Amino acid sequence: MAVLNEEQTMLRDSARDWVREKAPVGAFRRMRDTAAPLGYDPAAFAEMAQMGWAGVVIPEAFGGSEFGYLSLGLVLEEMGRTLVASPLIASSLAAASALVMGGSETQKSEWLPKIAMGEAVATLAVDEGPRHDPLRTALKAEKTGAGYKLTGAKTFVLEGMAADLFIVAARTSGQPGEAKGITLFLVPADAKGLSREQRHLADSRGYAALNLDEVELGSNAVLGEADNGADLLEKTLDRARVGLAAEMLGMSVQAFETTLDYLKTRVQFGQTIGSFQALQHRAAKMFTELELTRSCVEAALTAIDNDAADTPQAVALAKAAAGDTLHLVSREMVQMHGGIGMTDAHDAGLYMKRARALEATYGSTAWHRDRWGRMAGY
Amino acid sequence: MPDFGGEPEAFRVEAREWLAENFPPSMKNVDLAMTVDAPTGDAKLWKERMGAKGWGTPTWPKVYGGGGLTPAEARMLQQEMARIGARNPIGGMGVMMFGPTLLEYGSEEQKQRHIPPIVRGEIRWCQGYSEPGAGSDLAALQTKAEDKGDHFLVNGQKVWTSGAQYADWCFCLVRTDPNHKHEGISFVLFDMKTPGIEVRPIKLINGYSPFCETFLTDVKVPKENLVGPLNGGWTIGKRLLQHERNSLSGGGGSAGRFAAGKPLDQLAKEYVGVDEEGRVADPDLRTRIIRHQMETKAFMLTLMRAAAESKGNQGPSNATSIMKNAGSKVGQDRAELAVEIMGSQGLGWEGPGFEAAELEQVRNWLGGKATTIYGGSAEIQNNIIAKRILGLLDHQ
Repeated sequence: MAVLNEEQTMLRDSARDWVREKAPVGAFRRMRDTAAPLGYDPAAFAEMAQMGWAGVVIPEAFGGSEFGYLSLGLVLEEMGRTLVASPLIASSLAAASALVMGGSETQKSEWLPKIAMGEAVATLAVDEGPRHDPLRTALKAEKTGAGYKLTGAKTFVLEGMAADLFIVAARTSGQPGEAKGITLFLVPADAKGLSREQRHLADSRGYAALNLDEVELGSNAVLGEADNGADLLEKTLDRARVGLAAEMLGMSVQAFETTLDYLKTRVQFGQTIGSFQALQHRAAKMFTELELTRSCVEAALTAIDNDAADTPQAVALAKAAAGDTLHLVSREMVQMHGGIGMTDAHDAGLYMKRARALEATYGSTAWHRDRWGRMAGY
Repeated sequence: MPDFGGEPEAFRVEAREWLAENFPPSMKNVDLAMTVDAPTGDAKLWKERMGAKGWGTPTWPKVYGGGGLTPAEARMLQQEMARIGARNPIGGMGVMMFGPTLLEYGSEEQKQRHIPPIVRGEIRWCQGYSEPGAGSDLAALQTKAEDKGDHFLVNGQKVWTSGAQYADWCFCLVRTDPNHKHEGISFVLFDMKTPGIEVRPIKLINGYSPFCETFLTDVKVPKENLVGPLNGGWTIGKRLLQHERNSLSGGGGSAGRFAAGKPLDQLAKEYVGVDEEGRVADPDLRTRIIRHQMETKAFMLTLMRAAAESKGNQGPSNATSIMKNAGSKVGQDRAELAVEIMGSQGLGWEGPGFEAAELEQVRNWLGGKATTIYGGSAEIQNNIIAKRILGLLDHQ
């Protein structure tokens, strides 16, 4: 565990207490079973925002606390433990970061206070296919007299059913595959010509597919610089990715602890199954991976806080390590629980499903390994 | 092909002619063996014809309605059926597990009564083995059968009873002596309509309910339904598990079923795209697909080698002990790779935006996680290899 300052310790403890009291896995299960239309519980998110968690990376001038990324990572880890569904990553982390880094004073004033208070949900609309590849952005933004006209489709948009604001990656010039020519636009969900449809994935969250049909925007809708949005997009995505990694770490820790409890209590052949060396060694292996992964996730969060030059590599390492570890632990959670772990009534399957969805979001483990290697010159 | 004398080849001609006459072409590549609803039309016809001929259970004795074929003839029948896309319509636990066990251990009366309906595919059997406290340690089972003169009175709870909600009969392990662990177990049969049986389906992580909890309260089981000697059920129960494992590890078993669908390299080219040389564009994923395909090839070669060795009368090959673990690994790896290849599109649960094959893939991936748990978990299989094949002892 990183050495935390007083603020961070308080933040983590309050998140831990809240999760224990208000958001155990049963809360997620109820949300799933009632097919909550947004893919999360708005009342629970309102409570989170009241505690200030939606404004952790937002400057005080815009209603946030500016505690930083390591601080938000601590909250996300606690949320991950019990599979809390909320727009913390999509809105309070990813979209907020994009606005903080790339927004004009007007744009920041308009959106950041609402995001910090949890009154508005914003999200990135990047991918156009099932596999993450931001440079392949093809959604077309044509210059008009007053601004731009956007036509195209986006899919698997996180919290897309709840979002009030989409930060849409569009192509103002160049070809799919090129960094040059990507521009980010702020597109309100009620813009004329924009429609959305829910995509039901195995992890029961509020993904949406978007269709933009000649959506007219003024020039003031451009976030950052026209044609040169790829850098801002990449920096924003890296902040989202490390948030995902923090959630994955929290999930891994909880999946491991639940499994460890079972090893200590389940009796077969007249002894607890945790007394068998074959299982002990597998538990020790998981513990080892968890420790390694925690180092990677905390290092990436700290790199962002310090604006370190090697941030992208640190993030790729964190997302890849968290992905591998979470798959290992969630697989073992099912296998070591045996038949009961295969039932819907048990939590193991929920972790396994969420694990795959998180891996696929903003770059798979393989994609980040390849990225890490390229950045390192391999 | 050393054992193809004149006579077996004559059988091939006979099989081909019979199939030409009796196989409804509309049943090509249709798998009826696992269906729940009663078949109608051509499906009913095909099932009845195969049942009457006994070829759904080709090597079972003719006296009980089986095909009475030699293993060589049965293989030829299988080849001829595969050639025209004819699937065996007779299946289920009765065929795969219970029938072969009853043929070995049942009384003449029991065989006369229970084997012919299995041969005709009329009766569905379910397995009353595991209990909440007896999973990997199956012999710890507590479901009690008390001797009441002409019948046993059975009380207890079974779990993971496959297809219990559709089954007509159950073969069940019960405790008839509380003082001896393995030597206190008996193997009994009962009609699922007997009063006192309550079945509750268990929903699994893939949303399906192939298994049930089965509650037994004062269930009367006639003494004539005891298979083998009283307190001698463990041996019979284990023998049945061998049949179960064989059926789970074979190419047509669960490992094969979960490996259905497009070849992974083709899938990857569609979803991931290709590089300038036409190879899967993601090099990391490509390497792992290749590794998996090679492991699959090794598994298929081992299946063939084991079949050849047992055919060569050298007895069961050592290789058979690894089949369940090797086969389930191949199936699970494949499903995980397929989900990874398809990205978010491979995680669709329901609703618009997904192809049927994509939705099926995610359910298969999750359902396939059971293959290393049921029928003796991967850990139990490894114990069997370590102790029985390798001669390693428990620490003393």
